[in-house]
Amino acid sequence: MAEKILMKGNEALAEAAIRAGCRCFFGYPITPQTQVAEYMAKKLPKIGGVYLQSESEVSAINMVMGAVSTGARAMTSSSSPGISLKAEGISYIAGCDLPAVIVNMQRGGPGLGGIQPAQSDYYQATKGLAHGDFHLIVLAPCGVQEIVDLMGKAFDLADQYRMPVMILGDGMLGQMMEPITLPEPKEEDRSAKTWATSGTKGERKHNIVNSLYIQPDELERLVRERYERYAQIERDEVMCEEYMVDDADIVIAAYGASARIAKNAIAAARAEGIKVGLLRPITLWPFPKATFAKAAETAKAFLTVEMSMGQMVDDVKLAIECKRPVHFFGRTGGVVPTPAEILAEIKKIHGGDR
Amino acid sequence: MAIVYKRPESLCDVDTHYCPGCTHGIVHRLVAEVIDELGIVGKTIGVAPVGCSVFAYNYFECDMIQAAHGRAPAVATGAKRANPDSVVFTYQGDGDLAAIGTAETVHAATRGENITIIFINNAIYGMTSGQMAPTTLPEQVTTTTPYGRDPKLAGYPIRMCEMLSTLSGTAYCERVSVDNVPNIMNAKKAIKKAFEKQLAGKGFSLVEVLSTCPTNWGMQPQEALEWLRANMMPYYPLGVYADRDDVFGA
Repeated sequence: MAEKILMKGNEALAEAAIRAGCRCFFGYPITPQTQVAEYMAKKLPKIGGVYLQSESEVSAINMVMGAVSTGARAMTSSSSPGISLKAEGISYIAGCDLPAVIVNMQRGGPGLGGIQPAQSDYYQATKGLAHGDFHLIVLAPCGVQEIVDLMGKAFDLADQYRMPVMILGDGMLGQMMEPITLPEPKEEDRSAKTWATSGTKGERKHNIVNSLYIQPDELERLVRERYERYAQIERDEVMCEEYMVDDADIVIAAYGASARIAKNAIAAARAEGIKVGLLRPITLWPFPKATFAKAAETAKAFLTVEMSMGQMVDDVKLAIECKRPVHFFGRTGGVVPTPAEILAEIKKIHGGDR
Repeated sequence: MAIVYKRPESLCDVDTHYCPGCTHGIVHRLVAEVIDELGIVGKTIGVAPVGCSVFAYNYFECDMIQAAHGRAPAVATGAKRANPDSVVFTYQGDGDLAAIGTAETVHAATRGENITIIFINNAIYGMTSGQMAPTTLPEQVTTTTPYGRDPKLAGYPIRMCEMLSTLSGTAYCERVSVDNVPNIMNAKKAIKKAFEKQLAGKGFSLVEVLSTCPTNWGMQPQEALEWLRANMMPYYPLGVYADRDDVFGA
């Protein structure tokens, strides 16, 4: 059994990325994720890696694009306003079929918003991050160990499907400390990336990394091919935790930090004889539709709990085809919901069922 | 029979999309000749901009990346840092480099980023058909300065070489022109020197090339060359603005 060590979410994330073979980090400071950059700045130069603080988030994501174009494992990390600035580059990365990992430790918004934890970038991450037809794979950890586990997975998925993958956390996950086990370090392996623009070495025709297609049919064909890949991801890569769902009358839908808090509320509700369970999407895109549809066969009602104004509610309703009522409880702007508040909502719904 | 003139090996055997009289073709050829002469095509990575030269990725035999508008220096930075043994160049127009990409350009220079930028200054947005560029001259008429560029309303044209030469990371910075044969020969020398600076790890290098856009200037090619000499050269004097070997110490 590997040794357990105590680490902060942001630092564990950075260490896990290094152990996944990431040797290039480009970033710009923004609260509450700056420890990712600081950890990378300390570690990467010692192991022959690249840490570079860019002049802006816009540049950081384009530096990532340049590095991944050549086959390197590269990442950037930011928080909500910074992700808005990276949106352009992420669209290009998607349009060029490049693998890249982007971390968003969300804070309250819109605008400069606040610096406390939030989940109000759900729409941005899962629906419309930037222009064009494309998706990111969006992974939502709910603890420091899961941050570590999903970091390696993010790089593997990005390489496998040649697309951007986002870790969607929040300020709470980034700042909390938990005991974790780290995976064995992996070496970066660029050899399989035959499409990479790392120099022809005079051995092949030139490679081109590009997202411009002037002929509409050609662009349409490429977008359709990309959507075939997305369909495969929706079949093969969905992840969702099911917690006490089998006998639950009320199923809470929550991800990330909200899901941790919801578990406390579930324990309290069950102590009072109310059968409550939790579905915790780990992939926000692809959304675990089938798991929700199955739960709708037995549950009487759903309660979506978020640190936003209810951005995930529509996905829950669509997944269960509105067969059961979907209630919502959320705090936003950096306010974190308490187990007691969630329990009160559960009781309201439970009372209404009678 | 001796061959005295042929297509450089580093230039793809394809037709370009450039307008008649446009000087992009000359500059592409000069870059390709330099890559040939230095024998570096196999380890060169080019970054194409957004603008008239967006299709540059189809014209060079080296690996190519197409960047978002203005972001080429950042993309080049990522490519170079991840592959320190490669040679990385960007090819950018004035809108790309001196307007939307000013931050990327300035910071690549001040970091002494070991990349080479070929900067085409033709004082106009060509691809979108003739709008004001950051380098459009005072009183110059474009579709978005229909009464001539009035500095009171639209500000002054930006002189990039002069500005970049003040930055400690700039190892080489020269403004050249391709309006006649001697200047073309000199432009090639400058481009070669810029690549050599990169090969020697000396820091950031940039060559600004005064160019013509007969189509959007509404002139015959010959007339455009004369206009460049009469109007652009006084505002944008040719010459070496920075030539340092000590960016990172002697």
